[in-house]
Amino acid sequence: MSEFIKFHFDVDGENFVSAGQASVQVKKNLRQLGLPPEIIRQLSIAMYEGEINMVIHAGGGEADVTVYEDRVEIVLTDHGPGIADISLAMQEGYSTATENVRALGFGAGMGLPNMKRYTDEMTIDSAVGRGTTITMCVYLNKQ
Amino acid sequence: MKIRILQELLGAELICGEEHLDCDVHSACGSDMMSDVLAYVKDQAVLLTGLVNSQVIRTAEMMDMVCIVFVRSKRPTLEMIETAQESGIALLSTDKRMFEACGILYTNGLNGAKT
Repeated sequence: MSEFIKFHFDVDGENFVSAGQASVQVKKNLRQLGLPPEIIRQLSIAMYEGEINMVIHAGGGEADVTVYEDRVEIVLTDHGPGIADISLAMQEGYSTATENVRALGFGAGMGLPNMKRYTDEMTIDSAVGRGTTITMCVYLNKQ
Repeated sequence: MKIRILQELLGAELICGEEHLDCDVHSACGSDMMSDVLAYVKDQAVLLTGLVNSQVIRTAEMMDMVCIVFVRSKRPTLEMIETAQESGIALLSTDKRMFEACGILYTNGLNGAKT
């Protein structure tokens, strides 16, 4: 079977207040598709963290969510500054966020680790000055 | 513990979500860092926070939480209230500080986060 459903979102990088709207919509869409609640929560949190990251670090970007028969894939693409040291960025507590962002409740250095924690697979393709693409996957039928 | 009891214990004002007052909650977490909430909370129903912005509501929504308590008399904006109503989340405000509010709920049987 090659049937799948795709959702595409443009993430506005200018507005912190509206950040997370794409994740809210994805959560609604996945509920309508009847996916298990725990899977929906995992995907929603991972995408939400990614969306927040795109807003606070990269000036926005694009999110593509594809629901396959056996898995859900989220691809987050931005054209921001890129991640200089991915292994450092993956460490819990490491953050380059400004004090201003921390005052808003983010920038604790938990975003990328959380995204990895809640997904079965995660790859980061990033280059300084070019941007970042993060691909995350959650399988629907775990053994 | 019903949200109604939680409200009484904290002497909290109900801002929205009266229809959720009889909802049973079993665990809570207190934090002003939303990424910490997203990292360590599993099956938590109540968020206590001193942070006031729209991402508090979104974080709770992502975590399937049903109640947010704003400590130190903090009050949500109208936009936050509307989002909470759409998401089925009760909002409360208490004049107690975070430490005291968490302590009251913990000693009355609400559990902390299971990591």
